[in-house]
Amino acid sequence: MDRLSKNNALSGLLMVSPLLAVLLIFLVLPIALIVVVSFWRATEFSIIPAFVWENYEFLFGSPVTYRVFFNTFKYALITWAITLTIGFTVAYFLAFHVRTLTWQIALFLICTIPFWTSNIIRMISWIPFLGRNGIANSALISWGVIDEPLDWLLFSDFAVILAFVHLYTLFMVVPIFNTMMRIDKSLIEAARDAGASGAQILWNVIIPLTKPGIMIGTIFVVTLVMGDFITVRFMSGSQSANVGRLISNDIALLQYPSASATAVVLLATVLIVIGILLRFVDIRKEL
Amino acid sequence: MEPRSRSFYLLAAFFALFLLFLYGPTITIAILSFQGPSGGLTFPMNGTSFHWFRDLFEQQAVGDIWGSFRRSFALGLMVMVTTVVASVMGGLAFRKRFPGSTVVFYLIITSLVIPSILISLGVGLGFSQAGFEVHWSTSGFGAQLTWTLPFGLLIMFAVFNRFDKSYEEAARDLGATPWQTLRFVVLPIIGPSLIGVALFGFTLSYDEFARTLLTSGSYNTLPLEIFGMTTNVTTPVLYALGTLTTVFSLLMIGIFLLLAWASSRRKAKAGTDAGKGMV
Repeated sequence: MDRLSKNNALSGLLMVSPLLAVLLIFLVLPIALIVVVSFWRATEFSIIPAFVWENYEFLFGSPVTYRVFFNTFKYALITWAITLTIGFTVAYFLAFHVRTLTWQIALFLICTIPFWTSNIIRMISWIPFLGRNGIANSALISWGVIDEPLDWLLFSDFAVILAFVHLYTLFMVVPIFNTMMRIDKSLIEAARDAGASGAQILWNVIIPLTKPGIMIGTIFVVTLVMGDFITVRFMSGSQSANVGRLISNDIALLQYPSASATAVVLLATVLIVIGILLRFVDIRKEL
Repeated sequence: MEPRSRSFYLLAAFFALFLLFLYGPTITIAILSFQGPSGGLTFPMNGTSFHWFRDLFEQQAVGDIWGSFRRSFALGLMVMVTTVVASVMGGLAFRKRFPGSTVVFYLIITSLVIPSILISLGVGLGFSQAGFEVHWSTSGFGAQLTWTLPFGLLIMFAVFNRFDKSYEEAARDLGATPWQTLRFVVLPIIGPSLIGVALFGFTLSYDEFARTLLTSGSYNTLPLEIFGMTTNVTTPVLYALGTLTTVFSLLMIGIFLLLAWASSRRKAKAGTDAGKGMV
């Protein structure tokens, strides 16, 4: 029996080895390198191995850093609230109001297909809507709501949040729908028999049972928004910044040590947030 | 059946609006890509034409989009195959207890939640410090795997959580070797889900931007090429390209979904109705 479990362990390790190799070479080593380089020194043209704290001192000494981190959290919080509201409503409709499984699957697939197409193109596709002479402005003018085209539709924080919601609501719909589908329907019947109103059933039965799905969706949305740099750059027309853009700007200037220091702080922040969220949910159990 | 409540219609309307929000912009640029030659980036349409699609086929008008498409396609296939193989092996490994499985699991989660630009930066730095040249088929390939493998593995977890172990036990009782059990029992049962993993592997790689940014070297993949175009191209040719790649993505998704549907039908046919009779 002992030999068998040893055998099992060995073959398990062997089978996980391709996965582990990729993670070691392309995840662990790069992170380690970023941590090391964050202590290096940079000149205009090259980076020099050293052990100095100046990158961090500069980072924490600059008011820009705090503003940019504040912006990052702001984007994450607003996007989270909107995607959760939309995602929950959509999942609730699919799970409890669509009656046949075939329709549920079909509508669910329609919701997920955009996830498999290009994010860049989905961002570009907002231009004809939001531009100065775009559909939104001309519609509002022809309805008489406004006299002048609104300037803040494209290339603004509004556009950034809109694009985030557009790109990432799916990440809320999928896990919430998944947990809702596993709720035992007899629990809801029991609640109804006991005299609960629709709102009470939603609040006291469905929402508590959907919490794991909400948590997984939250993890996805928060990390995607906090780590983003391209949506903010494109949709704000380079007028707003988050931490990701701070890093990518440093990279463009070949200031790798400074980019690395910012990256380390960002990673620490994201991991702390995830660590807190993971206390509320056991991912492996929920799949 | 009870009649539909009023909340059903409210929610259905909300859902319809959501779909409009999801697909509206894409449909808009699809329409605008047929702008006449003098048309601009927004409505009104100045006539309709294939002008901007024709532009795509002229080398000098835009960058090397066909080369970048070929690279993205090849890379997508490489990532797809690797993701399927590594995820299935990983999924099987996690069913046995092996030392360090918790660490590997948390590595997977880290890989999923880490900001993409860190992978890009770290892998790029690593290759340059080690004296290797970054190239889409080496550093780009590895960087994309850190994004597709967690998805593949999580799907495999979901599949094996629902897997009925008694099939394997039955095979073992009938004298099948572990390899035969895997080849003739486990793999055919999980087959349709593997097509799902392949779909994730291919499309996530084909559309990946941030992780490829600093790791693809001097030859761009398609998303990088498109992003480069957004800064200097101000004609509907951008929409034409967007429409073409979206159509291509939809075709691939369609093929994968069809394959998954066909293989689950075949599975249902090949199975017997034993145990479903008079019990």
